[in-house]
Amino acid sequence: MMARRRGDLLGLRAALSDRLLPVLVGAMSFLAALAVGGALACATLAASWQGDTEAALTIQVPQPNDPDAANDGTRLAAVQRALAVNPDVQGEAIMSEAEMNRLIAPWLGSDAASLGLSLPAVITAQWEGEGSADELATQLQQASPGTLVKTGAIWAQRVAALTTSLQACALAVLLVVALVAAAVVAVATRSGLAQLRETIDTVHGLGALDSDIAGRFATRAIWLALGGSAGGTLLALPMLAWLAWLAAPFTGPARLGGFFNLPPALLVLVPLLPGMAALIGWVTAQLTVRGWLRHLP
Amino acid sequence: MVRFEDVWLRYRHADRAPEAEALRGISFEIEDGGFRWLTGPSGAGKTSLLKLIYLAEHPARGRIEILGSRAARITRREAALLRRRIGVVYQDFRLLPQLDAYDNVALPMRLARRSEAQVRADVDEILRWVGLAHRLHARPDELSGGEQQRIAIARAVVARPKLLVADEPTGNLDNEQAERLMLLITALNKLGTTVIVATHNTALVERYPFPRLSLEHGRLVHDG
Ligand SMILES: Nc1ncnc2c1ncn2[C@@H]1O[C@H](COP(=O)(O)OP(=O)(O)O)[C@@H](O)[C@H]1O
Ligand SMILES: [Mg+2]
Repeated sequence: MMARRRGDLLGLRAALSDRLLPVLVGAMSFLAALAVGGALACATLAASWQGDTEAALTIQVPQPNDPDAANDGTRLAAVQRALAVNPDVQGEAIMSEAEMNRLIAPWLGSDAASLGLSLPAVITAQWEGEGSADELATQLQQASPGTLVKTGAIWAQRVAALTTSLQACALAVLLVVALVAAAVVAVATRSGLAQLRETIDTVHGLGALDSDIAGRFATRAIWLALGGSAGGTLLALPMLAWLAWLAAPFTGPARLGGFFNLPPALLVLVPLLPGMAALIGWVTAQLTVRGWLRHLP
Repeated sequence: MVRFEDVWLRYRHADRAPEAEALRGISFEIEDGGFRWLTGPSGAGKTSLLKLIYLAEHPARGRIEILGSRAARITRREAALLRRRIGVVYQDFRLLPQLDAYDNVALPMRLARRSEAQVRADVDEILRWVGLAHRLHARPDELSGGEQQRIAIARAVVARPKLLVADEPTGNLDNEQAERLMLLITALNKLGTTVIVATHNTALVERYPFPRLSLEHGRLVHDG
């Protein structure tokens, strides 16, 4: 009984009972959770796609059966020797004639060989080097002039640019959402101050410190923001789980499993949102009240 | 000690004509443990002078010293701590409507973070003194004007202030209650509290012949 009175010395519970504050903060948290989920999904998908694309290496050897530059066997054999000793190149395989035919059939008809074209040999492999494959390309061209080396780097760059811009959007959403939450808390606090104007005048006159008064409002704001935000975040979880389920085929079963198998980073970040909301509530209420108290002598 | 030296007060937003000065060139001194009546017709500036003493207004000019502190020289925090040593009975009581009588009286002690046991002991004692021990749980709107005034007085003295400032504290009291109040105030004064009481009640001033500060149109016209 006494503890309750002490806890609510100013009757703030009645003045700051504003149902709008938790509801709006909850809505902001809902949006923030989706933004965080989106940003993380981007990062996960991008990481998996980028890995695959970046590593893909395609090597075309024209006139594969002509002698090589050193006159030491066929050009194809020279390229294969060079690839075999390069530690950055793994899993090289010559594309079979059947596979080549399947790939070019849409353009050249089903039996390209009958056209008498001399098709290049195509070797696919995985690039596991750190940097670009330019050096490899120079080396292969020396062994077999006209050899082309293509990596997925350009695609990887495009995926990376897309991811970065999507993440920037998510960050902008988070910022706007945080600002709106702060504005909501500031408005609610100001209305509470106006309602309690005489009480605060009196308590100030009785020797309450600015920090006493601001602290009481800030504590109240923490609980309201925390409650609202927890609600909003909880409501966002099924939505996030559904999105994760939609994304599962793209990221592979190893990364996203069952319905509630959200990415671990999300499970860490999303519970932080109510904490952030509480912090925003506390800081905003403190600043608002202290600013307002400056009008008192 | 309370000391005023050539103090002027002009309310903000008041027009600049000389008549807009609520207080004009006030100088006086109240020694530690002293008692002063503050008299003068309505509008003379009594409340204004008390507001300067309990740090609710800043003077336009002049020097004010309260309990050893220069009012113009202290930080906000120091001002708050100084206010805790000044008990104030406001002319309009200023009880918190959402709190009951007990919690209103307990407020200064709780702001000073006294223990609940101490709060209980002191609040019970002072409520008995003002004769309202049976009205602990009444809210201000359930109390009569006289009862509210007694609660306001209890709140002003519960934390044993060094300086007690009362603005027309007997305004809503009958003679017997006014008499009780004067017993309480003079008892505190004897224990060392400096007291200044603004009043219209000439009978009371005659029965308790303490020195008197008298205001007219914002000027001090009598001191002694
Ligand atoms: N807050 C205020 N703003 C402007 N003028 C005020 C204010 N309070 C008092 N006054 C003016 O200051 C003068 C002194 O008032 P006050 O100190 O209340 O007198 P008293 O308490 O002796 O009746 C009066 O003329 C009054 O109108
Ligand atoms: Mg007055």
